[in-house]
Amino acid sequence: MTAETTSTRLPANGVPKLARGVRLRHDEARGQWVLLAPERVLQPDPVAVEILKRVDGERTIEAIIDDLILAFSVERGRVAADVDAFLAGLVEKGMVEVSP
Amino acid sequence: MNERVNVAPHAEPAPLRAPLPIPYGMLAELTHRCPLMCPYCSNPVELDRRNVELDTETWLRVFSEAAKLGVLQVHLSGGEPTARRDLEEMIRHCVKVGLYTNLITAGVGVTPERLQAISDAGIDHVQLSFQGATPEVTDHVSNFKGAHERKLAVAREVRRLGLPLTINSVVHRANIHQIPDFLELALSLGAKRIEIAHAQYYGWALRNRGALMPTREQVFKALDVVEEARVRLKGVLTIDAVVPDYYAKYPKACMNGWGRQSLNVTPSGKVLPCHAAEMIPSLDFWNVREHSLAEIWQASPAFNAFRGTDWMPELCRSCERKEIDWGGCRCQAMAIAGDAAATDPACHKSPLHAHLLALAEADAAAGVEEYDYRRFTAPDRAQ
Repeated sequence: MTAETTSTRLPANGVPKLARGVRLRHDEARGQWVLLAPERVLQPDPVAVEILKRVDGERTIEAIIDDLILAFSVERGRVAADVDAFLAGLVEKGMVEVSP
Repeated sequence: MNERVNVAPHAEPAPLRAPLPIPYGMLAELTHRCPLMCPYCSNPVELDRRNVELDTETWLRVFSEAAKLGVLQVHLSGGEPTARRDLEEMIRHCVKVGLYTNLITAGVGVTPERLQAISDAGIDHVQLSFQGATPEVTDHVSNFKGAHERKLAVAREVRRLGLPLTINSVVHRANIHQIPDFLELALSLGAKRIEIAHAQYYGWALRNRGALMPTREQVFKALDVVEEARVRLKGVLTIDAVVPDYYAKYPKACMNGWGRQSLNVTPSGKVLPCHAAEMIPSLDFWNVREHSLAEIWQASPAFNAFRGTDWMPELCRSCERKEIDWGGCRCQAMAIAGDAAATDPACHKSPLHAHLLALAEADAAAGVEEYDYRRFTAPDRAQ
């Protein structure tokens, strides 16, 4: 971990992916994005949707953060904290797995 | 659509209505065939036989229509859904049209090869029933010798395939003391979720209420056990509970409101607002053989009969909880009050509340042990 990410819970070089049984999709009927899990329908907010769209099982957390900075010209510290907090919450719920 | 009797003059503008809700979930009862004979089965007492089941093509159309209507999750259930040889084809189709696909199985007669095929077809989640936490109880309640061991094998295979697993347990007098064991069982099998569902007394369970009803002490102890476990197992095991209502003060928010979030398709194609709704004789259910799912959801008399709050008796309509519990359960009102539009007797405001409690206490005390097991009413020649 680098100095600026010491407060994060997930490794910056870790690759997150949605666990089996968890799917992100656009819900045409209601005009929103939904995260589907066993007996659960979650409605992520716009920031969460942008993060989830980049959780593809290939990009590292660092790459996801880089991409968000580029796409939305936002400040790194803030984005890193948001991504870490959001993904760590999903890891706790068993909805996201991070490797290695 | 307008269920009200028109007593206003013609000049009166039509009342403003809330936009029609969009359903989130669909329970697809693919068949009523099942090797188990659980005395609380949620299927109706009059079971559909194989020769009236919808064919593959019709089911695929229904799934496409469901996805278009806005359904997000489909629950492939039964009976035992693996009794349908075309199950994998249905799963592939559901996945293709974007439905989150959940298999609800008894796990008896499901080989590892079949599970592999179901997994390959793209199933998202498997729910496996356990009638007891031990072989003696499972085998007795399901009336199937060796059922428990087979279920254990299926659970291990589901996890080996990397599929998320939920354990389903219906609790009643014969197994309510096993709740801690059910939780241990779920943990040992690698399940991330368990449903502790107190038996709900409709259809088969109503018929067997004398043999199923626990005492008030057992029910309240069970609720405490679950609450304690919820805290202790947070982040490890999600516990969803279906609460018992005979001893309750408020009715359950049945289906989170009639025709509001979900629908149910029977093996022969009838579309119901909940799986027990056929016990209400006045309702007219439309069939997917004659109507599209969207037409049925929007316009069928059965879905509009108790949708929203307009149908409610004054006791419910003036209640501050009318959009919390949505009037409780229509089938229970039918079963106990003999009127599907009555206040749910589980509510403490119902004039029948004391009567419901007395029924529960009498059944719990009577100590009936024999089950009237779920079965087809006469030999099924179509099998």
